[in-house]
Amino acid sequence: MADEQSSYENVVEMRGIVKRFPGVLASDHVDFSLRRGEIHALLGENGAGKSTLMNILAGLYRQDSGSISVNGRPVTFSSPRDAIKAGIGMVHQHFMLVPSQTVTENVLLGLDDPRFLMRLSEYDKKVAELGEQFGLRVDPRAKVWQLSVGEQQRVEILKMLYRGAQVLIMDEPTAVLAPQEIEDLFETLRSMTLQGKSIIFISHKLNEVASIADRITVLRRGQMTAGGVSAVGVSTQELARLMVGRAVVFHLDKSPASPGEVVLDVKDVYAENDKGLPALRGLSLNVRKGEIVGVAGVAGNGQRELSQVIGGLRKCAKGEVRLKGELVSNRSALYGIQRGLAYVPEDRTHVGSAPNLSVTDNVIMKKYRQAPISHSGLLDMNQATRFAKGLKEAYDIIVPTVETPVRLLSGGNLQRVILAREISGEPDFMVAVQPTRGLDVGAIEGVHRLLLTQREAGSGVLLISEELDELLWLSDRIYVIYEGRIMGEIQLGGGDASQETVDVIGQMMTGTPLENIRMERDA
Amino acid sequence: MDFIIIFQAGVATGTVLLFATIGELLTERSGVLNLGVEGMMLIGAMTGFSVTVATGNPWLGLLAAMLFAGLVSQIHALITITLHADQVVSGLALTFLGTGISLVLGEGLSKAGTVALLPSFSVPLLSQIPILGPVFFTRQSILVYIGYFLVPVTWYFINRTRPGLHLRAVGEYPAAADALGINVHGMRYLYVFIGGMLAGLAGATISLAVAPGWFSELTTAGQGWIAVGLVIFAQWDPVRAAVGSYAFGALRRLILDIQGPTVLFGFANPFYYNPYWGFFLQMLPYAFTVIVLVIGSREAIRKRLGSPAALGNTYIRGERGL
Amino acid sequence: MTETTSPKTRRGGFRLQLEPRLSEPSRWFPAAVSLGAIFVALVLGGIVIAFAGGDPFRSYAHIARASFGSLGVISDTIVKATPIILTALACSVAFRMKLWNIGAEGQFIMGAFGASAIVLTPILPAETPRWLFVPVMMLAGMLGGALWGFIPGYLKAKFNVNEIISSLMLNYIAIAWINYWIFGVWSEGGFQMSAKFPDNAWLPRLLDYAESIPAFRGLTTHAGLLIGILAAFVVWLVIYRSRWGYEIRLIGDNPRAANYAGINIARNVIFVMMLSGALAGLGGMSEVTGVVHRLQTSPIAAGYGFTGIIVAWLAKLHPAVVILVSILFGALLLAGREIQPSGVPKMIQGIILVSLIASDFLLRYRVRLIRTEVEG
Repeated sequence: MADEQSSYENVVEMRGIVKRFPGVLASDHVDFSLRRGEIHALLGENGAGKSTLMNILAGLYRQDSGSISVNGRPVTFSSPRDAIKAGIGMVHQHFMLVPSQTVTENVLLGLDDPRFLMRLSEYDKKVAELGEQFGLRVDPRAKVWQLSVGEQQRVEILKMLYRGAQVLIMDEPTAVLAPQEIEDLFETLRSMTLQGKSIIFISHKLNEVASIADRITVLRRGQMTAGGVSAVGVSTQELARLMVGRAVVFHLDKSPASPGEVVLDVKDVYAENDKGLPALRGLSLNVRKGEIVGVAGVAGNGQRELSQVIGGLRKCAKGEVRLKGELVSNRSALYGIQRGLAYVPEDRTHVGSAPNLSVTDNVIMKKYRQAPISHSGLLDMNQATRFAKGLKEAYDIIVPTVETPVRLLSGGNLQRVILAREISGEPDFMVAVQPTRGLDVGAIEGVHRLLLTQREAGSGVLLISEELDELLWLSDRIYVIYEGRIMGEIQLGGGDASQETVDVIGQMMTGTPLENIRMERDA
Repeated sequence: MDFIIIFQAGVATGTVLLFATIGELLTERSGVLNLGVEGMMLIGAMTGFSVTVATGNPWLGLLAAMLFAGLVSQIHALITITLHADQVVSGLALTFLGTGISLVLGEGLSKAGTVALLPSFSVPLLSQIPILGPVFFTRQSILVYIGYFLVPVTWYFINRTRPGLHLRAVGEYPAAADALGINVHGMRYLYVFIGGMLAGLAGATISLAVAPGWFSELTTAGQGWIAVGLVIFAQWDPVRAAVGSYAFGALRRLILDIQGPTVLFGFANPFYYNPYWGFFLQMLPYAFTVIVLVIGSREAIRKRLGSPAALGNTYIRGERGL
Repeated sequence: MTETTSPKTRRGGFRLQLEPRLSEPSRWFPAAVSLGAIFVALVLGGIVIAFAGGDPFRSYAHIARASFGSLGVISDTIVKATPIILTALACSVAFRMKLWNIGAEGQFIMGAFGASAIVLTPILPAETPRWLFVPVMMLAGMLGGALWGFIPGYLKAKFNVNEIISSLMLNYIAIAWINYWIFGVWSEGGFQMSAKFPDNAWLPRLLDYAESIPAFRGLTTHAGLLIGILAAFVVWLVIYRSRWGYEIRLIGDNPRAANYAGINIARNVIFVMMLSGALAGLGGMSEVTGVVHRLQTSPIAAGYGFTGIIVAWLAKLHPAVVILVSILFGALLLAGREIQPSGVPKMIQGIILVSLIASDFLLRYRVRLIRTEVEG
């Protein structure tokens, strides 16, 4: 477990790091070291303590015990500013950029120079030059909200380089990128190591880690299961075992699809996002009974708006959505609910539930209008409680009582509450957006099982996810969405998807329509 | 009715709103909504007047007013920033508290009579400009002139300086600011304090310049709330805040003066012959505030403008989001 | 993952840490915290009173004696508490939906105006029997308040206008409005008040029954108390046991979830503001027909709407607790009339509210003093 002797070759040296959060030991005597000029991957599932460990190194949190040294000198960081001074910069998973400010303004944020007055043009030039040096091209005068996700990531990296960061912590940098953009990023990272930078690469994706890292440290539930092993000669199976603690079975039993009639028909839908920019541009797709249909795509290509149009939460400018032949678009959320539309929203805590209300109140969210829970405007709380207790049993929701407010539930349990509520209406169709995001492996498996059960029961499921693996395991068909359009549709047979399929999907995710890919291949 | 005189007086009255509005604007830019402006203004008016009565020095009164109101604002800062309480409720509480404290400490002050006031003067040359000269630069209190400076300075500060950049970042995306080592909580305490001081200054402007004296709650008569409304109308921009403030000042003045003459625009003045109609005139500033809010809100919806994105949210490190 | 540390308090290997509570605190804990907050508030208030040259102990002793010292003053306390019950209920339904209606004062005034208009216009002749007079006045009062609540509700729903400011502005407009009627139209002989209402337009009082029950002699407690208690029950039923109340609670806790659940938020904003306004208006009706018996500005626009905000918050928006807390605040207002300096009750209300809000974090966080291991 222990790493080799500390030497100046190690830019960063963390020893015996312990960090406790209420109820969780997020980091349990973890050691970590980073050599100059290497890319060191920090691998682990959600909640394994990767981000916690790195937030400590970046000065956002303070460890309960343990020591950190940089270039052989012990350091204590009480704020991110201290860490940056020591040459450590972190690029967060959720970009820390102020959308209303320009690239240069974002880069200058928190610096002592300029002292008071800002002559931005001078600094615009500096930022552009720095971008040139590291191959991070971006317009310094552009406002951040106008930039693509990939460009925003470049701004984040620039911000750290401008501060003279020698060590870059990249927190799940590929989660928001398309496969080709990921390649670009990897190239940038490699060129940065050649210029003497050292990089910590946080990820839970085995293939990525295997392809970019020089060394790998694996965390599981706050404990280190591998410390700085060389990436050469380690198999992904082995890494997976270290990460999850047991051999992962990636296959769920899945019967062949027996799709029935069409339940959801989306035709040529146009819609705007919250900023009034076009988000869906002539999107069409359909879902039949008894199948799971996946929607793959990089985040922010209209997935959220699509689910909202279906769920009645967003108006569409053109086109229509039909549920079992009946027009549901541009009506209301209630209209769909009354026709048995089930909807698992992307955001569990901010959309899918009311955190301070009880489990009971949360599960009756779509049933409180009907008997037996409602009688002439009044609620029968006995019936509601009975209903909630029934779901608690049937869906293994772990909670002391159904009166407990749901904010006290774990992510997995909260998702069970939401799924239980949606499925209990015995819907013919369900749309689920990112249903497993942020859940641990056990909980993910549970959610997958529930989705498959729905399919078995003959209901149609539209699964919108950014996890391509998840889509490949569960879906019978996959649509790929890019800038609000469907780039193509892929039929999946049973068993594993071929590498070729994955490549084709990857190309579609970056905007190449399926016909073009086929034409190119045929040529 | 002489409109020049009305606007001249309106600018002075509007200066009160200007200070309070700019103060609240700065506080809100940092992401903190402080609804306690009315309470802090009362504190400022009472302190300014009573210290001037005691010392005979209106400058000391002004200073004390700003400091005490700033101090009271820190209660709001403590409750919302450190103790994570809801900003709306805490701001309401601050209004009650400020009103109560100023009533208790201002007991008997209304009988204090007249005191030394802050100086008024005309600006040479500038006062000679037709129309603008007499309105803006003739026999105005020094506080009015300070107000003229405050507007461009605030604009420049917010948009063109490093601390202004940090202020905008803290109000838009505190997590980003925090990650770069900006002390989010410290900045918010500071801007709540500045907002409090300016509210105190606004109050003292009433009691030491515009309408000298202490008349309990009637001293401010809801102007603190109008200031909160004006910030929304101003879309958090100091220049628009100034336009709104002076317009409101002129309106308040117009209402007072319109009942005087027997003839208005060649017609018999209905407000002179029906004195009770004056009550409807009294409603106007409040009704206008509502109308101005409707205009501001509609514009915000149309242009998809928004308040500082983190306005009203407690920042807790490690919690995702704004 | 949520965590907060307070870096400033770190010294000598100890630091204070705030941890969010992961389980519900026990039942008595919130009550204990509230009582503690009130105690702290009274101490702070005492300090300010002393600073202003008063005697805090005498002030507080006076409040206790002057409000609960005898049957007569208890009755007076209840009379003071009655309008507060209704305004606090008004605030609690709106606050439940995170709708910051601070216009209960104006809605109260418009309720008093609506009720008075029935007598003074006159819409019903003076000899109308009480069984007809009182219900019609109640309706008119609720209508006046509901109308005054409708305006900010509509503006919020339609134009997203901040209801705090609009409802507050309407308070000032309401005062000017009744002033116009009192001074300009209904003035009795040029005085700043209307004519007294006829006896059958009064709410019945305990002293009306003194002939059959002598103990009631001089007790001014009126039927407004019954209206208040009934209203509290109705509010409880609506909030906790009705579909509408469920929607209100859901919107209040998470409007986006409510939207997702197919609830029309805009319509609820308007209706809840109207319900809130109607309750406050009922309070105004009860005050004008139970106590003042004429339309007059100073006893009607006396700040009951603002006290209602504090009481609603102190009662944690629970209707039954509202009644209890209202009685305490009634006592404070009653006794406060004679205390010097005269701003004391208002200030104490402010301090209570501030310390109450500040204490709230004890319910959400656990404060721990932890020893840090010595580093490096």
